[in-house]
Amino acid sequence: MHSAAQTGEVTLTPGSEGDVTLTPPGSAVLEVRELTIALPAGGERATAVSKVSFSVHRGEILCLVGESGSGKSVIAQGIMGLLPPALPVTGGAALLEGEDTTRASPERLRQLRAARMSMIFQEPMTALNPVMRCGEQLDEVLVHHTSLSEPERRAKIIATLQEVLLPDPARMFAAYPHQLSGGQRQRIMIAMALVLDPALLIADEPTTALDVTTQAQILKLIADLQARHGTGVLFITHDFGVVAEIAQRVAVLRLGELVELGAKDEVLKRPRHRYTKMLINAVPRLEPHGRAADTDAPVVLETRDLDKTYVDRAWFGKRRNVAAAKRVNLSVRRGQTLGIVGESGSGKSTVARCIVRLIDPSGGEIHLHGEEIARRSHGDLRPLRRRVQIVFQDPYRSLNPRRTVGEAIMEGPLNYGVPRAEALERARRLLALVRMDAGALERYPHQFSGGQRQRICIARALALEPELLIADEAVSALDVSVQAQVLRLLEEIRTEFDLAMLFITHDLRVAAQVCDHVAVMHQGVVVEYGAAEQIFLQPKHEYTRALFAAAPGRDFAFGRA
Amino acid sequence: MYTFLARRLLATIPVLLVVAVLVFLMLRLTPGDPAAILAGDAANTEQIAQIRTGLGLDRPIIVQFGIWAGNLLSGDLGESFYYKQKVTTLIAHRLEPTVSLAALTILIAVAVSVPLGVLAAWRFGSLFDRMLMGFSVIGFSVPVFVLAYILIWLISLKLGWLPVQGYQRLADGFGPWLRHLLLPSITLSVIYIALIARVTRASVLESLGEDYIRTARAKGLPELRVLVRHALANAAVPIVTVIGIGIALLIGGVVVTESVYAIPGLGRLTVDAVLARDFPTIQGVILFFSFVYVGINLLVDLSYVFLDPRIRY
Repeated sequence: MHSAAQTGEVTLTPGSEGDVTLTPPGSAVLEVRELTIALPAGGERATAVSKVSFSVHRGEILCLVGESGSGKSVIAQGIMGLLPPALPVTGGAALLEGEDTTRASPERLRQLRAARMSMIFQEPMTALNPVMRCGEQLDEVLVHHTSLSEPERRAKIIATLQEVLLPDPARMFAAYPHQLSGGQRQRIMIAMALVLDPALLIADEPTTALDVTTQAQILKLIADLQARHGTGVLFITHDFGVVAEIAQRVAVLRLGELVELGAKDEVLKRPRHRYTKMLINAVPRLEPHGRAADTDAPVVLETRDLDKTYVDRAWFGKRRNVAAAKRVNLSVRRGQTLGIVGESGSGKSTVARCIVRLIDPSGGEIHLHGEEIARRSHGDLRPLRRRVQIVFQDPYRSLNPRRTVGEAIMEGPLNYGVPRAEALERARRLLALVRMDAGALERYPHQFSGGQRQRICIARALALEPELLIADEAVSALDVSVQAQVLRLLEEIRTEFDLAMLFITHDLRVAAQVCDHVAVMHQGVVVEYGAAEQIFLQPKHEYTRALFAAAPGRDFAFGRA
Repeated sequence: MYTFLARRLLATIPVLLVVAVLVFLMLRLTPGDPAAILAGDAANTEQIAQIRTGLGLDRPIIVQFGIWAGNLLSGDLGESFYYKQKVTTLIAHRLEPTVSLAALTILIAVAVSVPLGVLAAWRFGSLFDRMLMGFSVIGFSVPVFVLAYILIWLISLKLGWLPVQGYQRLADGFGPWLRHLLLPSITLSVIYIALIARVTRASVLESLGEDYIRTARAKGLPELRVLVRHALANAAVPIVTVIGIGIALLIGGVVVTESVYAIPGLGRLTVDAVLARDFPTIQGVILFFSFVYVGINLLVDLSYVFLDPRIRY
């Protein structure tokens, strides 16, 4: 096997300090100079990235921040030589320890990857090969880049798995990715990226798909490993909380151009560019909004001991019961917002889906305006469906791509017997309400951005004039600036229609901004439930406190500038 | 896993039962009298009636079925009207040529189509890709017998490389066996090459778009390993499924090919038995085919467990 170690240009011997002499402390491991990457002709702009320059030093974490479409991932792939042919590098250079990777031959790139520059990705589930054992996926890096023997490779892998703090490395070695948790998978990815001790690590939104407590652990792990090995890290993120947590320097990217570059405190506390200011202001504060809630408003929704148990029935094995929600007691008053906060698998979406009766609860009661609906047949439920509407997380997949926006909004009212002319009029009014042009009625969902689609989804939900609006992670997939707009819109709608709102989120910052009451869920159980003020300022339950402790950038006062 | 296996094996019983009843009834509802065919053109009505009684064909259909089904349970497929031999013996004798032909065909098809499909997916949209897709349309549309005669004319008659017809038993040597089988196998494999190459291309193309392919490249793996160990391994389930379907369809396909190349296999036996209205043989062969069919499907389903660790029964 032809490996970088044998070419003599860089020393790869594990544990040796040989490469340190090549890059004296503090010198740049990566220097990006006027990098320009073209977009295919006919796009909304000519370049994905234009004349971007920055450098990553040894032992430094540089955060590249930007919203979707800013070109931050394109830069990462440009450095790694992983760009698809449709996105060619048309100018500038990316110097990895002095060597331009944008002009390197495919064979040379192959040698550099994993050995001198590594990358970890956002989705640890899909980024790992599902049909290969984790150990083998690590092993192939060593097979193709070193001439170590099989026992040596195994020893090195086990040592690396220990270093990323995975429990029981021997078991992890033999496990398939689907047998691990999200955090464990990301640790495997990190182990894979760092097994050869590269000079540069590119982390592309490595914690975005993870729960907040897992995110905190992974961020700490990356920072620790980076400090120990002196790796230069290019950390790509859209989340200013994460930036505040991990960065030493920050580069802000907007539509393919670098608008601001500086030390973390400087950029976060004294942003110079208008766009940076706007982004930082859009980050929701981690403090309750402090609005007084009317305690006499009528109760719209109430659940009593709501249960949802999934039964896993094997053919001959024992029945296994999985409680997704256990004895959940919640109530929402008119004109108020109840937040359900929790991590993935906490049961928050299960509760929402039971309330809308998209799934049938296994026990307990659901009262909608005093009417019990938990055990109603689906036929009897039909007149009530109108009164509860839901907005889902992914605006890309929750609109039928083959129906126009107008049809999507009008379908509900038409179904409930509203005359066509009136439904159309209502759709027009609602589009205006969500700040969209009436021309959108004739267009298809794919012609709109994520934020616009979510507005359409909200308009669709409102078309039935519901009494209760459920937002299931409705702003989680949106960029922070768009998220701020949608949150403001939801707030306006709540006040204007005196709606009861059930707001489901994993994001404590978002919850702080919109909720009057908060229920914290953990493993199917509501562990803490009370007024938002009380939960945010004096959390009582241990889990709630852990959740707050894990919130990235909690020591940074965002949204005040 | 074992309970799955047991359930699937039990499930084959009703399938075979339905096949048995249908085949039995269909044969007796089709025109053509086996006794008349056996007796020959010169026979009179009395002789024919005598033969009919001898074969048991004068009894009510229910009784005939009862006798046949009863024998079936003890593993006896009955005796051929025409060959005057046990049907099981007949099938056993004809099995080797057919299995040889099917195995070699699938071997050629897989060996050619999978690399072609992977290559086409890797160079998606290239000239090679478009040519392969064009070829596969032709491969689908040319009837087997047309292709067979073209190949015989070209390779056997014009070039004289391979024998025109016939079959040599494997026991008589590997060389002659292969020489006789090569041409029919190539003929039969064309359609499966087209089919499997298309599915491989589509399936690999899909997995090439996955995140783990990007990871594999970011790890600095050689492109061949990315293609085989990462893309192809994840694309294997649909490919193996279509290969399984291919093997099953092959059994139907050998009927024509064996006739054209004069190979004394199960295909020829089926054709001859149908022409002679040899009810027990037809029933036996079809029942045997459906058993193979069910067995292959089971094997394909079991192979998923090894191809994708996320699949568990």
